[in-house]
Amino acid sequence: MDFGRISRRHLLQGGAALTLGAAAGARPAFAADTTIGFIYVGSRDDYGYNQAHAQGAAALKKIPGLKVVEEEKVPETDAVEKTIESMINLDGASLLFPTSFGYYNPHMIKMATKYPKLRFEHCGGLWSDKDPKNAGSYFGYIDEAQYISGIIAGYTSRSGKVGFVAAKPIPQVLRNINAFALGAKLANPKATTQVIFTGDWSMPVKEAEATNSLIDQGVDVLTCHVDGPKTMVENAARRGAFVCGYHVNQSPLAPKAYLTGAEWNWEALYPKFVKMIAAGEAIPNFYRGGLKEEIVKTSPYGEAVSAEARKHADEVKAKFLSADGYAIFKGGLVDNKGKTVIAAGTDRGQKDPELEKMDYLVEGVIGATS
Amino acid sequence: MADGSIGLWTVPLAVLGGAIRVSTPFLFVSLGECITERSGRINLGLEGTLVMGAMSAYGISYLTGSPWLGVLAAGITGALLGALHAGICSLPRVNDVAVGIALMLFGTGLAFYLGKPLIEPTAPRLPAIDFGWWSDIPQLRAALRVNVLFLIGVLLAPILYWAFRTTRWGLLIRTAGESSDAARAMGHSVLLIRLRATMVGGFLAGIGGSFLSLFYPGSWNEGLSSGQGITAVALVIFARWDPLLCLWASLAFGGAAALGPALQSVGVTSGYHLFNAAPYILTLAIMIITCSPKRTLTGAPAELSITR
Repeated sequence: MDFGRISRRHLLQGGAALTLGAAAGARPAFAADTTIGFIYVGSRDDYGYNQAHAQGAAALKKIPGLKVVEEEKVPETDAVEKTIESMINLDGASLLFPTSFGYYNPHMIKMATKYPKLRFEHCGGLWSDKDPKNAGSYFGYIDEAQYISGIIAGYTSRSGKVGFVAAKPIPQVLRNINAFALGAKLANPKATTQVIFTGDWSMPVKEAEATNSLIDQGVDVLTCHVDGPKTMVENAARRGAFVCGYHVNQSPLAPKAYLTGAEWNWEALYPKFVKMIAAGEAIPNFYRGGLKEEIVKTSPYGEAVSAEARKHADEVKAKFLSADGYAIFKGGLVDNKGKTVIAAGTDRGQKDPELEKMDYLVEGVIGATS
Repeated sequence: MADGSIGLWTVPLAVLGGAIRVSTPFLFVSLGECITERSGRINLGLEGTLVMGAMSAYGISYLTGSPWLGVLAAGITGALLGALHAGICSLPRVNDVAVGIALMLFGTGLAFYLGKPLIEPTAPRLPAIDFGWWSDIPQLRAALRVNVLFLIGVLLAPILYWAFRTTRWGLLIRTAGESSDAARAMGHSVLLIRLRATMVGGFLAGIGGSFLSLFYPGSWNEGLSSGQGITAVALVIFARWDPLLCLWASLAFGGAAALGPALQSVGVTSGYHLFNAAPYILTLAIMIITCSPKRTLTGAPAELSITR
């Protein structure tokens, strides 16, 4: 994977910042021997959600003076509190990343209240004013990258049918499905996106069955939102369909079928956090961003992506990166039951809290939320 | 249809494809457990054996480049775990159900531990035989891409049925399962018979695991089994310890697993949680229909710790 260059740059920056911070004595708690704890809900090499975080942790390991401790497969129960306690008391961790959604409340909140001098960063976007100030949420607008994937999928699909294997109909997942579907429609106004919910985050047999069913329906480009996209990617490629990845770059699994993908960019974000702390700045409690803020990224295009598709996708990407930004969810948006969900004239930008409550599938999506 | 879709035909086709694709692990585990239980012992550890089999098959296939060696390795791993179960159970006053639960946790834990470095690489898979060559419909051809292991399993069921009834070995296993005193009176070691039966059961369950990692879904990851081993053990009970019924029950389970996604793909989207739960609803329904408080299950080996 191609993040060696970025890491080296961050290594130098981070190292310099740490030296400065230590010399100024700004934060003695974050001296050169800082220990950072990472907690994953699954296996850290799952080609998915957990691997993305582990790649971020790996970027921190390269920074001199930082020690990273990790624990995998910690369930979203009291177990995570015990892991946090042991990372603090036995390993001396002063910055913790409990990465799974369900760790936040009550587990991480409880720990943040108990250890007010330590810093807790949670992936998800759940922090509110009532929560401890030493806790924080960060999350990425990965629907921007899904939108780009959708554009590529819309151009590549010959049948005009693209498919989405999804875990559960929660707002985050629906937002990804809708962004992908809108991207596909931007490329081909007639494109439909068919969605199948498997019911849980990791159900390999169901995911494989869903993939096969979609392809049987004529779908020829697929993407997914499940914890480990490996099953979907491999099974779709075997049936001769194209795929867009999710979480991390899955192109090594299916080099010919892989078009592009929506990836997390934690290896860029985590060193930034460490730099902020070393420089004595406070990390905002609520930290969000998309392609522009380098929290998400898209996989390099595969060989099957046409020049036309690349050009259009790159144009849209440039808009996301511009100062004005780009709204995926524009006014006059109709859901797949015919109801107007965003009134004409009101574009909902990425940071709009209304989008966090998404409970609909847009026009062009075949499927239902319940 | 002109656009290559086959509309509502997807559902029966997916159920057929699912019956072929998804049923194989159920079939091997249930046939294996059938042999073990007929000898008078329950091995609940087959979930662990299945996962260990999947992991070792993937690992060996990756290291040697030959998926068939992987299948063999999975079988041997399963037989060793079976020997472990039988060995512990041959000690006095050991409960086979408790040992089985321990071995289930041991097997899955060990497989996850040893399988860590195997999640990323891609191992060579088992080949498929194309039985749909006569059809122009790509969907049908895909559903009829059958793996040899499935065919072996389908043949194994009638062979076992025949063997239980007519061969000397079948008789010995049944004797050990129905009355250990009778087997002992005939001069046979019940423990030895059960050791062999459990090892053969483990061997088959291991092969079932190799199907998961080497054919369908076709890669190693930790959620691979999601309880299929346990389901298959339960399946033996309502198949009444009959290998032929095990075959039909496995096919029904495979088809039921495909039902949820297939219905969603043709637009039946309401209540998909219910359809996704179809295999479990099927289990419950059959259990309720077949159980009776007045008698023990017909066909249950008399020496099983649950019937004794």
